[in-house]
Order: sequence, then structure tokens, then C-alpha cells
Amino acid sequence: MSLQALTYLVVGLTFAIYIGIAVWARAGSTKEFYVAGGSVHPVLNGMATGADWMSAASFISMAGLISNMGYGGGLFLMGWTGGYVLLAMLLAPYLRKFGKFTVPQFFGTRYYSKGASTVAVMCLLMASTTYIIGQMTGVGVAFSRFLGVSNSTGIYIGMGIVFMYAVFGGMKGITYTQVAQYCVLILAYTVPAIFISLHLTGNPIPQLGLGSDMVGSSVSLLAKLDAISTDLGFAQYTTSTRISQFNTFIYTISLMIGTAGLPHVIVRFFTVPKVKDARSSAGWALVFIALLYTTAPAVAAMARMNLLKTINPTIMTNPDVTAPDAQLVYTERPDWMKRWEVTGLLKFEDKNGDGRIQYYNDKSKDPKFAAAGWKGSELKVNADIIVLANPEIALLPNWVIALVAAGGLAAALSTAAGLLLAISSAISHDLLKEKFMPDLTEKGELMAGKISMAGAIVIAGYLGLNPPGFAAGTVAIAFGLAASSIFPALMMGIFSKTMNKHGAIAGMLAGIGITMFYVFAHKGIFFVKGTEFLVGSLGQNFFLGIEPNAFGTIGAIVNFAVAFAVKNMTAPVPAHIAKMVEEVRIPKGSKAVDGAH
Amino acid sequence: MQHDHEHTHDEKGYWKATLGLIRNVLIVWFVVSYGFGIILAPMLNSIKLGGYPLGFWFAHQGSMYIFVALIFIYAKLMGNLDEKFGVSEK
Repeated sequence: MSLQALTYLVVGLTFAIYIGIAVWARAGSTKEFYVAGGSVHPVLNGMATGADWMSAASFISMAGLISNMGYGGGLFLMGWTGGYVLLAMLLAPYLRKFGKFTVPQFFGTRYYSKGASTVAVMCLLMASTTYIIGQMTGVGVAFSRFLGVSNSTGIYIGMGIVFMYAVFGGMKGITYTQVAQYCVLILAYTVPAIFISLHLTGNPIPQLGLGSDMVGSSVSLLAKLDAISTDLGFAQYTTSTRISQFNTFIYTISLMIGTAGLPHVIVRFFTVPKVKDARSSAGWALVFIALLYTTAPAVAAMARMNLLKTINPTIMTNPDVTAPDAQLVYTERPDWMKRWEVTGLLKFEDKNGDGRIQYYNDKSKDPKFAAAGWKGSELKVNADIIVLANPEIALLPNWVIALVAAGGLAAALSTAAGLLLAISSAISHDLLKEKFMPDLTEKGELMAGKISMAGAIVIAGYLGLNPPGFAAGTVAIAFGLAASSIFPALMMGIFSKTMNKHGAIAGMLAGIGITMFYVFAHKGIFFVKGTEFLVGSLGQNFFLGIEPNAFGTIGAIVNFAVAFAVKNMTAPVPAHIAKMVEEVRIPKGSKAVDGAH
Repeated sequence: MQHDHEHTHDEKGYWKATLGLIRNVLIVWFVVSYGFGIILAPMLNSIKLGGYPLGFWFAHQGSMYIFVALIFIYAKLMGNLDEKFGVSEK
């Protein structure tokens, strides 16, 4: 069977499973629609959270980024997993005890005002929408590449699929669908990694293979990769960093607290039966996430090794990369390179006209490159193709390539669906029912939830079709927005008995405000190119050299500081609220989730 | 729903113990990632763990394993605290 037909078959089969589950678990009441009736087992909930969490960015982009960045890429690994420790200890059990459906409901009750919940809804919509646009783009790219359709057609197909199971299934449908999606995406990620690890190091476990010796030699894979990288003028793989240590530090904090502040992840912990389960559920989620995240650095380093080996065929035995016959002749390049050249994500330009591919760090000061007549690096490899092309580079069978396609789609779709649910419940429940239409019946609310979900899909699809000049960096910014607004306010709501509504609202507005200000100054107002400001006169990263992607940490600090300052100047928190906070802190007396007042 | 918190249990003591546990877990959490994985990584790289330079290992592997372990240890110890102070759900 051809690769194309096989891909259709595998992707079609997995979709049939997802939709089948969504129909089977169709939601009846509003409570079921949002939280699956509080009946989801912690292990299953952890698996679903894993699928929900791991988006197209984790599955497709992350290993490619690490492959290019080397050691410095570790900030994504630590940043996107370390947040679960915070979530498990600081938020999940208390939010479960609180016993509400949604994050804005917590704000409305704890900060005893509709204003606080409205501000939270706005922050939530801002972060979720920023996140979901990247997902819809990812859905489009994955569909177009594997199914051979245009990018727009890919997005339309994706919109249709997401609509079907998110709208008709509700949370329960999503939870069980996401369990299935997790299984597909983890298989798709680990199977090629096992093959490649076995081939390079003889060890079938990628996490161990990365620390092993190369097959048939006593040199470790990482030491060899460091040596090859240096030969080609790159920094050592195991020590290279793109940004300063300070930025790495700040960036990691922003990703960690952003993780603990993203509403579509937090809402998961409302769905477990007990407070006790909320704690372990975060642990199970991280187990399933770590399975992919600890494989990613192996995929990254091994793909890098295979790529450099392909372009410099003699490098394993002879470190002289500039020897006349040491580079790959362009006309003899392998088939996978030809296939990816068609997509434009892999480009070759013969700068010195010798018909061979020179791929090296052309900013290197080493005189040997110029002496050999090299006139600049001739190959451009888009980081996003590393994971997808990995099985092709390693010459794995077609069914593995088809499986990777299905995995990439599972990752993108599951995250899009989880985000859409967070958006729809925020609009139908927290805005309409709580604020504007208190008389809304349960049936009406369910319908409003479905309509706002459909609306959100259309908006996300539209922005996916017309991306306002941004793609991968968007995801990090979504984390910064969540880090600077939702996380500090949630934390203070539980850990400070005296935090009042004025402080919380002022803190959220100041935190998200200053983060948006800094991001827009660098990336343009609402990401529209050409509307950047201040960077012209103050220079890039004008505040302490901090990158806009890492600025959520500063936003969070501002949030805390403003909140406490305002609290001290305004009316103290009412006694019954302080009493409520005391009760939230102990598991005893926890009851089923209750959305009504 | 009945409210059976007649203060027969020591809520203040429970909360103090909880905060102490959270603090201890956070210290480990910080040391392995920000300490070993970022600040001290260049120094630790001279030590080898199999084929891994140690600082690199903490950033790309070790922190994540320790994060997972930390959550389960926390969940277990919190369960013990719940029992000890008589505030568990059942």
C-alpha cells in the first residue's frame, strides 16, 4: 500500500474511534457537559490531561527546537513539566474542595464580586485564544502535509472534526476521547524513537540510549555529537545556549507558572471525585506527559546526529569536514530530502557551485571553512520538520510514518478541543448565566455553551487561516498571559485569607496589562506587524534584557505587588470569606461539584 | 450538606504542617531544576552519568523524573497529614 493510502487509513481509523467515543459518551446535563459528572478515575483523568496538555507545539515543534538549541532547549522540558508540581500542591486540591465548575466561578465566589469573575473571564479568553490560534494553524499544517491538501482545506477539515466531538460530546466525550488520543500520540512518538535509539546505540529505551555509547564504539553518543558539532563550527550540543542564563531562568519560571494558570488544565482537577484524587491526578498527568517529554531530548539529539551524518557521510571516521569528498553530493541526496524540499521547509542553495551540500555554522570564526572555499551554509532545515521527518530519515517503514501523522493530529486536535471547552464554559456560564441572563434554563445554558463553542471554532479557524503574523512563539506568550494574571490571583485566593476583591482585580489587570504592553511593544499591537513600539528607541528586550516570551514572570511579580499594595489601602475582606478560605484548606466536608448558588 | 467542623481537629496545626511540607517540596523542586539544571549546570557537566554530562542530564532528564516523584511523595505525605489531624474526607 502506498504511503498516502496508508496515512488516510490510519488517520481515518483513529478519527472514527474518537468520534465513536464522543457519540457513545454524549452529555446529558450541564454538569456532565462540563465535568463528566465528577466520575473520572485519576489515572484516566491524568491520561486525558496529558493529551489535553500536549499540543502540536509539544508533539511537532519541541524536539525540533531542542535539536537546534541543544542544552538550552531544556527550558521547554523543565518549564512545561515543573508547573505540575505547583499545580498539584498549590492549586488542584483546593480548587477541587471549592467545588465549582470553572475558574471564573472561583474568582466570583472567593473575591465576592461579579467584577472579579468578569476580569478573570477576560484574562482566560485572552490566554486561551492566543493559544488556540496556534493549534488551529498546527491542525492545518499537519493535515495539509500528510493528506496532500492545501493548508486552508486542512484547517476546514480540522474545524469540522473539532466541532463534532467537542460540541456533541462535552467534557465526558472529550475526557474519554482524549484518553484514546493520548494512546495514539504516545505510540506515534515513542515507536520511531525506539527504532532510532536501537539503531544508533543498541539500547531500545531512548532515555537510556541518549546516555549510551554509539554502536560499535566506546564513544558516547553525546560526546560524539559534541565533537561533530564543534567540527562544523557549531557550539557543543550539551552546553550550547541561545539566550543568557538569566533569561533561561526567567523563561522557565514563566512557562512553569503559566502551566499552573492555564484554565483548560486547571479545570481538569474539578473533574475528579475527591480532594485526595486531585493531588494524585496531577502526578498521573505528569507521568503520562513525562513519557513524551523525556523521549523528546533523545529524539532531538538523535535526529541531529542522523542529519549531520547524512550530510557529512565520512564524519564518523574522519573529523576533517572540509576534505574535498566529505560532503554529500546534492544529486545523490536521499528521497526524504526530496520530499521535504517540495514543502519548502527544507532548502538547498549551492552558494559555492561545487554540487555538494555544506551545512555548517557560517558565523564561525574558524578559517578552515573559508580556506576550503565554503561560501556560507547551503542547507536550511525548518525545525518543525524534525519530528515528522525523523522516521523517514531513519528509513523506518511506512506504517510508522502514517502513525506519526495520526499522532500529530491527535496532539493538535485534543488541545484545541480542551481550550474550546474552557472558552465556551467561560462565555455561556460565567458571562451569560452569572452576569447577563440569570434566568437562563439549564437547557438554554447547554445550548449557549454549544453555540459559543461553535463560534469559538469559527474565530479560531479564521485566525488560523489568516494568522496575524505569528505561529510558534504565540504558545509561549499564551503561557506568559496566564502566568501574569490567573496564577497569582488563584494562589492568593487560597494562601492569603486577607486578600480582598480590590487587590485581586487590580493585580490581575496590572499583571496582564504590563505583559501585554511588553509583548505588543516587540511583536506589534495584537500581533499586527508594523505596530511595534518603543523597541525602536529603547532597543530589543529593553527591560533588563528580558525576552518578551519570558516576560510573564515579571507580569506575575507585578501582579503580586500591586495586589498587596491595593489590599492594604482598601476595605478588608468580609469575615465570611475569610471563614470560607479556612474551610477550603481542609479536605473534610468536600462534596460533589455544584455549579448553582 | 452538613458542616461537621466543630473544631475538634486542629485546623491551625494542619495548615502549618501543610505549608511546611509544601516548602520542603519546593526547595527540592527549585534545587534540581533551577539549581542543578540551570545555575550550576556548567559546573556539574564535568561529572558524567553514563554518557550524560550531569548538568545536561538534570536539564533534559533528571528534573522531570524528580518532579514526578515529588508529586506522589507530596500526595502520600498530605494523605498522612489528613489522617493525623482528622481532616480527611471519609
